[in-house]
Amino acid sequence: MTWFIKKSEPIKVQKEKTVIVPEGMWQKCPSCREIIYRKELVRNDNVCPKCDYHFRIDPKERYDSLFDDSRYTYLHTSVRSTDPLTFKGLKKYRDQVKSLEKRGLEHDAVHVARGAVGGIDTIIAVMDFNYLGGSMGSAVGEKITRAIETGLEDRVPVIIFSCSGGARMMEGALSLMQMAKISAALARLSDAGVPFISVLTDPTTGGVTASYAMLGDINIAEPKALIGFAGPRVIQQTIKQELPEGFQRSEFLLQHGMLDAIVSRSEMKQKLVRYLTFLAPVTD
Amino acid sequence: MSRNAQAFEEPILEVQAALEGLKAQPENPRTTKEIQKLEQKLAKLQRDIYANLTDWQRCLVARHPNRPYTRDYVEQLFVDFEELHGDRRFADDPAIMAGFARFRGQTVAIIGHQKGRDMKAKLYRNFGMPRPEGYRKAMRIMQLAEKFRRPIICMIDTPGAYPGIDAEERGQAEAIAYNLWAMARLKVPIAVIVIGEGGSGGALALGVGDHIAMLENSVYSVISPEGCASILWKDASQMEQAAEALHLTSRKLLKLGLIDSIIEEPLGGAHQDPVEMAKRVGDHIAAWLQDSFGVSDSERVALRYQKFRAMGIYSEVG
Ligand SMILES: [Zn+2]
Repeated sequence: MTWFIKKSEPIKVQKEKTVIVPEGMWQKCPSCREIIYRKELVRNDNVCPKCDYHFRIDPKERYDSLFDDSRYTYLHTSVRSTDPLTFKGLKKYRDQVKSLEKRGLEHDAVHVARGAVGGIDTIIAVMDFNYLGGSMGSAVGEKITRAIETGLEDRVPVIIFSCSGGARMMEGALSLMQMAKISAALARLSDAGVPFISVLTDPTTGGVTASYAMLGDINIAEPKALIGFAGPRVIQQTIKQELPEGFQRSEFLLQHGMLDAIVSRSEMKQKLVRYLTFLAPVTD
Repeated sequence: MSRNAQAFEEPILEVQAALEGLKAQPENPRTTKEIQKLEQKLAKLQRDIYANLTDWQRCLVARHPNRPYTRDYVEQLFVDFEELHGDRRFADDPAIMAGFARFRGQTVAIIGHQKGRDMKAKLYRNFGMPRPEGYRKAMRIMQLAEKFRRPIICMIDTPGAYPGIDAEERGQAEAIAYNLWAMARLKVPIAVIVIGEGGSGGALALGVGDHIAMLENSVYSVISPEGCASILWKDASQMEQAAEALHLTSRKLLKLGLIDSIIEEPLGGAHQDPVEMAKRVGDHIAAWLQDSFGVSDSERVALRYQKFRAMGIYSEVG
């Protein structure tokens, strides 16, 4: 009960938002290919008014809309990626990390913050696709593990918004092992009876899906998000067949029993508060 | 035999063929001496070639068609093996074999990926690429081991979890994730041995243990060198560079602190002497079992947590 501090104030969802969709007046929807007026997109929570596709949004934008009064504190910001393997593909990994930090992406591919959500003290990690496709390396693994351990110590529920192509190749098996590290931390959180809610957003694939994203007490997704273990291209190359319509989208996963619900952005906060309330420890 | 050989093995095979020819001849002092000379030459050749394998060549050794598979170790090391089938939910997955057996007098659970030797068996085993039911069968046997307090031995040898429509429909990601989560909580001792290919999450789903060993020439990676090359080099034929960059060999992984020990292979690789290889794996298991006595359940679970908790290399600012 220590983490459950319900205030009676109504849930406010922030309406003012900064947008990260590319420059220009118009934006093409990747799902229905309709051309949408950008102002209309912004007004609509960055959700396509034609087909309900949820555009990727910045972690800050999510925090502003989820935390009460848009007030929250960042946690575990000191953790940074290094280049443990001196990895060099067509680009040097070290240079990629440096230039991302220069662009102000100092949170690596995951942000961690804490604040009240509907009056409930909550830790929310949000992955950032702009940072190397939201890939999970050692720094991401460490930040998420620390977020879970903080949740465990303070008995504060943890929510993770996944958005990732999977493990970060440039750190080799170090990235792979983050799957085990985070899953082990979640096992401890679970044993302590502290809730974990996983929110899958477009896209969530590979080692992220095959670890924490599927381990929520409650797993939910935004509409039409690509969610899977193997990427659709890899599957297509393997089986050499066309993939069925809607394959590996949120609706497909719900139908196959992998999700508890699909939740649109406009209802996200309200639903999360409800889930957190359902999962709060029973008081005597 | 040579049709299964890798290019770098050709000189070894030539000498082996010459040796076989000599040995087939009636014995006389001249041939005996010649045989001795050739045997020395063979040993030197194997030492030289195997000491200088590139990381990509080591991947080829790990995937060698004659390399011993889980079943080969089971047959040589365990007695009274009883295979147990099925996940009780959907199907039995032949890409993973699981069961109980006796190892030097003690009952153990054994779970491993299984590849096929000939084309028919390869197809039957799906090239060692499990579907969700394979991982769920593995977990079912692990939970049996937990219930009846038997140590678990996991052998890893897979190119990866199967990327197919049916596998996705039945929750490949969830099946792997659940195993990672649940293995972290098991109280019984778990040994993990990478015997061939450790292909990404599909390998790790049997890989959360107290001691992680790799055979000298096995590999363990976040992605196949071909897959990595096609993404990061935009060219799948750059797999040699990718293999080097991924740090997937046993020696590199030991240095990174991701595995605990290396089991040396016989000269020329495990496939040159599967009997000797099995003996070494057996000695490793025996020593590990010995070490795992005297550790309490809670201590074991805590140590396993700390082991994985410590994995990762990052920096800390401020
Ligand atoms: Zn649309």
